[in-house]
Amino acid sequence: MIRVTFTAPDGQATTIEAEDGQSVMQAAVAHDIDGIVGECGGAMMCATCHCYVDAAWTARTGGPSPDEAEMLEGAAAEVDDRSRLSCQIRLGPGLYGLVVHLPEEQM
Amino acid sequence: MTPAGTVIIGAGQGGLQLAASLRQAGHSGPVTLVGAEDGLPYQRPPLSKAFLLDGRAEALILRPAAFFASKDITYLPGHRAEAIDRAARTVTLHHAGGRRVLPYDHLVLATGSRNLVPPLPGADTALGLRSMVDARALRARLADARRVAVIGAGFIGLEFAAVARGLGLEVAVIEAAPRPMVRTLSAPMAATLADWHRAQGSVLHLGRAAAEVDRGVVLEDGRHIPADLVVIAAGVRPRTELAEAAGLEVADGIRVDGRLLTRDPAISAFGDCASVPSARTGRHLRLESVQAATDQARLIAARIAGGAPADYAALPWFWSDQGACKLQIAGHAGPGAEDRVLAPGTVARIDEHGLAAIETLNNPRTHMAARRHLSSPPDGDGALLDRIIAA
Repeated sequence: MIRVTFTAPDGQATTIEAEDGQSVMQAAVAHDIDGIVGECGGAMMCATCHCYVDAAWTARTGGPSPDEAEMLEGAAAEVDDRSRLSCQIRLGPGLYGLVVHLPEEQM
Repeated sequence: MTPAGTVIIGAGQGGLQLAASLRQAGHSGPVTLVGAEDGLPYQRPPLSKAFLLDGRAEALILRPAAFFASKDITYLPGHRAEAIDRAARTVTLHHAGGRRVLPYDHLVLATGSRNLVPPLPGADTALGLRSMVDARALRARLADARRVAVIGAGFIGLEFAAVARGLGLEVAVIEAAPRPMVRTLSAPMAATLADWHRAQGSVLHLGRAAAEVDRGVVLEDGRHIPADLVVIAAGVRPRTELAEAAGLEVADGIRVDGRLLTRDPAISAFGDCASVPSARTGRHLRLESVQAATDQARLIAARIAGGAPADYAALPWFWSDQGACKLQIAGHAGPGAEDRVLAPGTVARIDEHGLAAIETLNNPRTHMAARRHLSSPPDGDGALLDRIIAA
């Protein structure tokens, strides 16, 4: 299990235990994290699973792929250099303890 | 008296979203989600793509079993709704153990659609692709198939064809219409996709109806396309029998108003099974997409939870993954729209109300710009089209 913490815009943090190999989006949806929608199921078609990777973790998650960056241009909330589509972050032992911040809105 | 609460018939992605959204909206009344299939609710779109390759059913599960307990949602898998008694406000369910009559305060029909099976001799020997059970059967047959024939060049047929060809199988696609995806896609984009499939080595028989399934497919002109696996993907029909028998209005889907209510104020309908007035044209439209189902679910949840949402007006959008082709459609164009190629792989569709849809191939940036624009046009459509052409 991989521990992931989601921080809401109001600062409230929720920590879950995700499965190895799940995407951050799948883990969030499976635990009913308010703030990640993931409408397309991870096909990188909807931009409703936008998240901000905590600055301490961006080196380990890496940045968005070119297609992902283009989809992010359509995200509802402001996009910055920590922005990722959470469906494109695959969880593994190297991301144990990952912290991501949730945007104000997804659609 | 204990409230009977909300009963949702259909545990597809829309039905599940409605149950989840009711709790997210703070609704505390009883919620019952009724599904005809066994198991937990799952995503359908990957069944024609990733699942055929990786077989990972668990990756498609939308919520774990614990979700239902933690949200106080009663989930009844393996229960088929048989009849609605509108006067008594009850719905009769059939399950392996017998029958059960469930009272409701509000009933929501999210019954989805079923595959259309054309009345061809031998059609019962072909496979369909709609449920997890179908996809498992198809995946098992793919393992030792060499030649496949697909009847129907819509989204599902072409997605399956791309997967099968990618696995190295010989693929023939048979389509009665003169071009693929004729109901949903512009002619220029359909031609681009058809060329891509041909370049991969698939053979497209367009403008040729299938006449029989027999160790392959016999075309109406008598030609035999040999295949050891035949898949029928000839479109769907909304599941409306329950609504019809209950006296609700049905015309290519259960008719609802802008708030997704039937003429019975205690019954809503949405998703694949429902015919919803379009905010843009005023015409009723039945959308077969995850996006419409989940968006509509959120509106119904807000209404039941006590809000007074405006009429349903979300922009429809669609996608299809076919091998390396990522097709995205923002908006919806009815028949008779004029097609305008803006750039290679980018087509605008224009009807009497103006810009109806933008189709893009492997161009998410333009797709997202089109979605933003079509959701709330900040200026005339011409400015957007000019920007796309200039890009």
